[in-house]
Amino acid sequence: MLGATLQRPPIDWFALSPALTLLGASGVCLLAAVLTPARWRRRISAWVVGGAFAGAFIFAAFLYDRSPHPEQVIGGAIVRDRLGALTTLIICGAGLASVGVSWRIRLRAHVAEYYALLAAAGGGMVFLVTATNLITLFLALEWFSICLYVLCAIDVEVEGSLEAGLKYLVVGGFGSAVLLFGSALVYGATGEVGFSQIAQATASQGLVHDSFLVAGLAMILVGLGFKASAAPFHMWTPDVYEGAPTPLTGFMAAATKATALVLTLRLLTTAFPQEAQLWTIALAVIACASLAVGNLGALLQRNVKRMLAYSSISQAGFMLIPIAAGNALGGRALLFYLIPYAAMSVASFGVVAARERELGQAVTFENIAGLGWERPFLGVALWVCMLGFAGLPLTGGFVGKFYAFSAAYDRGWIWLVIVALVATAVSLYYYFGLVRAVYMRAPAGVGIAAAGGQPPRELALQTAVLGCLVVTVASFFFVDPLIRLCRMAAASLGYPY
Amino acid sequence: MANGWLTDTLILLPLGGAIFVALAPLPRLAAGLVALVVSLFEIAFWGGALSAFDFSSSQVQLQDRVTWFGELGISYHVGFAGFALWLVGMSTIVMTAAIAYAVWVGRDHARAYFASMLLLTTALVGVFAAQDYLLFYVFWEAMLIPLYVLVGVWGGPGRLRATLMFFIYTMAGSLLMLASIIVLGISHHSFDMTTPSSIDNSDWIFLGFIAAFVVKAPIFPFHGWLPDAYREAPAEIAGVLSGAVSKAAAYGFLYVAILHFPGPTRDFRTPILVLAAIGLIYGSLLAFRAPDVRGVVAYSSLAQLGLITFGLFATNVAGFNGAVLQMVNHGLISAAMFMLAGLVELRTGTGRFDRLGGMARGRPALATVLMTLGIIALAVPGSGAFAGEFLILTGVFTSGWGWSVVGAIAIVLAAMYMLRLISAVLHRSKGSAVPEGARDLRLPELGLLLPLVALLIFLSAWPAAITDHTFGQTDATPGLERVR
Repeated sequence: MLGATLQRPPIDWFALSPALTLLGASGVCLLAAVLTPARWRRRISAWVVGGAFAGAFIFAAFLYDRSPHPEQVIGGAIVRDRLGALTTLIICGAGLASVGVSWRIRLRAHVAEYYALLAAAGGGMVFLVTATNLITLFLALEWFSICLYVLCAIDVEVEGSLEAGLKYLVVGGFGSAVLLFGSALVYGATGEVGFSQIAQATASQGLVHDSFLVAGLAMILVGLGFKASAAPFHMWTPDVYEGAPTPLTGFMAAATKATALVLTLRLLTTAFPQEAQLWTIALAVIACASLAVGNLGALLQRNVKRMLAYSSISQAGFMLIPIAAGNALGGRALLFYLIPYAAMSVASFGVVAARERELGQAVTFENIAGLGWERPFLGVALWVCMLGFAGLPLTGGFVGKFYAFSAAYDRGWIWLVIVALVATAVSLYYYFGLVRAVYMRAPAGVGIAAAGGQPPRELALQTAVLGCLVVTVASFFFVDPLIRLCRMAAASLGYPY
Repeated sequence: MANGWLTDTLILLPLGGAIFVALAPLPRLAAGLVALVVSLFEIAFWGGALSAFDFSSSQVQLQDRVTWFGELGISYHVGFAGFALWLVGMSTIVMTAAIAYAVWVGRDHARAYFASMLLLTTALVGVFAAQDYLLFYVFWEAMLIPLYVLVGVWGGPGRLRATLMFFIYTMAGSLLMLASIIVLGISHHSFDMTTPSSIDNSDWIFLGFIAAFVVKAPIFPFHGWLPDAYREAPAEIAGVLSGAVSKAAAYGFLYVAILHFPGPTRDFRTPILVLAAIGLIYGSLLAFRAPDVRGVVAYSSLAQLGLITFGLFATNVAGFNGAVLQMVNHGLISAAMFMLAGLVELRTGTGRFDRLGGMARGRPALATVLMTLGIIALAVPGSGAFAGEFLILTGVFTSGWGWSVVGAIAIVLAAMYMLRLISAVLHRSKGSAVPEGARDLRLPELGLLLPLVALLIFLSAWPAAITDHTFGQTDATPGLERVR
């Protein structure tokens, strides 16, 4: 009876394929968790999820190729376009590398569940970046957030892991609530939930600068700011990054941030083009706040994960600059920046994870000393990541920052360029401080034997880190092809190609 | 684009060598020898570039261009102006000598060390070759990365502080340069340095560039990092810093600042000349008061860079020619001096004058090399340094006789501090730190110092080898007429 009256929208399975692949893998892992012997679970689930990320990556590559013109599918719930496909590529790449980093993760139980949730979170992110109405946005946001809440707390062996999960849950839940409230206000003002319909309604009903609409926009920005860990919505970041399992932290830093920032770009440019005057300034202020908080906070840290957490806040600031610029250069600058940034995040947390497993304790500036000589490859990897975060040449981070600053200048905001340069100068102190600790300080009584014996060869981790390094360095040399990808992706938002 | 491959080879050969040395599991000596061979080949290719270069033309030659990111008009565009080629030659020779020194002395973590040295060679050559603003910046920053490691890992006990100072100072300057480059390139829609649109008259952009150069050179009062870095760095790295890296800054003054920003150069000439003059006198006085060998060479480097800046901001052909000649002279002298200081420190464990002395007796080779270097460094008439300084003073004389007086006083001071250094090391009574059995310079040590001395003597005999082969038909020098 009901089936007859309900009009089912045509479903574009191809557009859904990356998210479905990841969800499917998640289900397989959950089955493996109960149906396979304990000693196989780790291997089976890692391979399944790794394969799923690789498969989703390939699907996304095809999607990118086959979707030159953005089109709304599944009744306007999601959009199939190159922006979503490119971000999916970044998320899946980060996910694949994170699986490699996670290979020897120290979990007494729930290994299969760990991988299942990782895949599910990836699926949620992939879905979110294609969201094109406020309902899908909220659903997908909660989808991956809930996975991450559990993942943060999954490692009950680590002190503070439960605390991290709880903190993330409370603060993240608050962020989601604010976002939901904002969405409701926007719906109330315009009567629409679709992004482009909101823009049309704003234009046709003369709602520009309508107070409900603006309040809703502001609250949505706050909600997304929580996810992107931009200041002043960053308070959870250091504690959660410190407490969560390290391979997961890398994934969160890379993929969550990419998702939140791309979604911010999409939402603001498609739903609120008339309010650009407001949100560009607002984002510029948030960017400056993130740069200030992230950099000053990182200066004081001795725990490497906390330092990287603050650094990720400041990186969010850098990546908000091109969005704030609100021009064509900014769109592609953000997408380009995300590529090396995701690689460097996963790689740097991967190195920390390796050291953590060697030492059996939290990695600090003191006990990471000597890593460069004991583990030459990991040392070089960390060196390259720090160069990249600092935006120095021979890494894609340099090109990303250059593009971001150029976008700000193109808008005529030389002051923002100067703020960003000052922030870069400050950031050099702690990025190179880590390099100094790794290469130039004698290990302070902590050898690699702390955990007992020769550490295991971490082939999967090293391969993943190597892959990330290749991306980081190659994105410096092969700017032209990459920027073309980014330009075509940004063109889905209506920016001139 | 004829013979562009020579430039590419000069840039890429050391890079390839660096990657090979870093990855191949070579023992210490082998790694060093590979690096040495690579850098000798680098010199050979430089010779090839020299013979392929047409010095009668003032154009940028041996060009090559590959699009890097086309949409912003940024490309890997390299090539050499005449004077740049001489600086490349000086840098590769200094780097080779430094590598030879390190092979001889033996450095820990040899593969990392020699890979960094070769990387530094690439970056240095790249700075002199870049014809695109962003590429210039990339090479400029790329110099810093190996230097940071080289000083920080292999330096003396105070190396952490020294690297921090060095790093903070230079990055502050560099980031201002980056801001200038972004503003210049985005507003002109091109980052190429050889097109007419690369000329600009904005004071702010000019000052951004100048900020990077005054720190790296350094020019008074931006020399805060200098004493620590030169004292704590390994001797050969100090030689490279003051010999080659500081010349990248001087080159930047000439090629980027003066030739591309004629208007601001005219406006800011006097303040820059004043700073250079202060640095010249102040550096010389500090060198005279410095308690150790490295201190003398370090502060004399500050003074010499002031003198070179004098010549450059005279903004005429005589000044330019003198400055370029003096850049090459000073590069060779100060590299050799630092390495000599290192060899003395190896023998005595200190470079302090109050514990040195009397080393000439029974050590004729050491005495001769140090004397010859010192004599050339203090610009005795007939030496290459004299030719350079004379040209600089002639050049700056046209701007006002007062400048020449300052320069002449500094030359007198140079004689004072150099003679003090020589007598404190070689003469007087035997110092407490000098062991009876301290050996004379040994054959390999002579082997790496003598070529530098020989080149200096060659330049003394024929300074025109450089001064006649820098700017082509001088009147046609790009940008020069705009300055005058």
